[in-house]
Amino acid sequence: MMRVAFLLAAVLAAVTALSACGEKEQVVVYKQGKYQGKPDNRSWDNESPVAELRGGKWTKGDRSSWEESIKQRQLAQHEYQRINR
Amino acid sequence: MARMKFLCDAERCIECNGCVTACKNENEVPWGVNRRRVVTLNDGVVGAEKSISVACMHCSDAPCMAVCPVDCFYRTDDGVVLHDKDLCIGCGYCFYACPFGAPQFPQAGAFGLRGKMDKCTFCAGGPEPDRSEAEFKKYGRNRLSEGKLPACAEMCSTKALLGGDGDVIADIYRERVLRRGRGSEVWGWSTAYGPPPKPGAQPPVQQQPAPTSGKS
Repeated sequence: MMRVAFLLAAVLAAVTALSACGEKEQVVVYKQGKYQGKPDNRSWDNESPVAELRGGKWTKGDRSSWEESIKQRQLAQHEYQRINR
Repeated sequence: MARMKFLCDAERCIECNGCVTACKNENEVPWGVNRRRVVTLNDGVVGAEKSISVACMHCSDAPCMAVCPVDCFYRTDDGVVLHDKDLCIGCGYCFYACPFGAPQFPQAGAFGLRGKMDKCTFCAGGPEPDRSEAEFKKYGRNRLSEGKLPACAEMCSTKALLGGDGDVIADIYRERVLRRGRGSEVWGWSTAYGPPPKPGAQPPVQQQPAPTSGKS
């Protein structure tokens, strides 16, 4: 009986301790052009500029294409990759 | 979901202040306001001097958002913490809450009057229409909407300052540390709390204050 209680306490302690390693999910609500009541546009809702971008142009309103474009830009900061090109 | 973050590699930062200048220039930040600054530890100590570039870190659980009495902050879909200057009352609570000293307050008038808070926007502008004149005047340039990264990170000559999605820049940094074989420990436990004690070491003996002669 004591053993079960000890085991239970240990599991509870482990769960409590490990819960600190978790991450609260971030819920960003974008409704009718507003973030939490504050108006703002989303980056991918803009036209891709005419200037040549490293990551290429994105499609207006398409979040994944914008993310792919900006990711190429981010990877340009990786000089090991730039050297090996 | 992309989550935009900055990462500064203290092994590479040479305290050139290029990031500070780039930010100032790109966003036409007013005199007295520093959205970004370079902090140097052990200045002048050979081998121990380390610099990092600090600005708003766009926290995932931002304390400024938590304390703002007028709820002027918001987080965008790409994890950037922004604020609405039309709502800000310039109270300064966010400055006290921020562990990085990111919020800045322009001297808006005479007698040290404090203006509305200004801070790094990750070059993502603010609530005004993207790339508009109004947005530029209030918040600076919106480079993210142009498919670009913050000017400070893109300008960094040694690539000490990385900006972008946390996963991507963490991968870049990880490979860098693996190649050079050191540097990840700079911001670890031992930096904050000192090296681990040697096995068998005795705790330091506290010295007793010298006895006084009785006169005060």
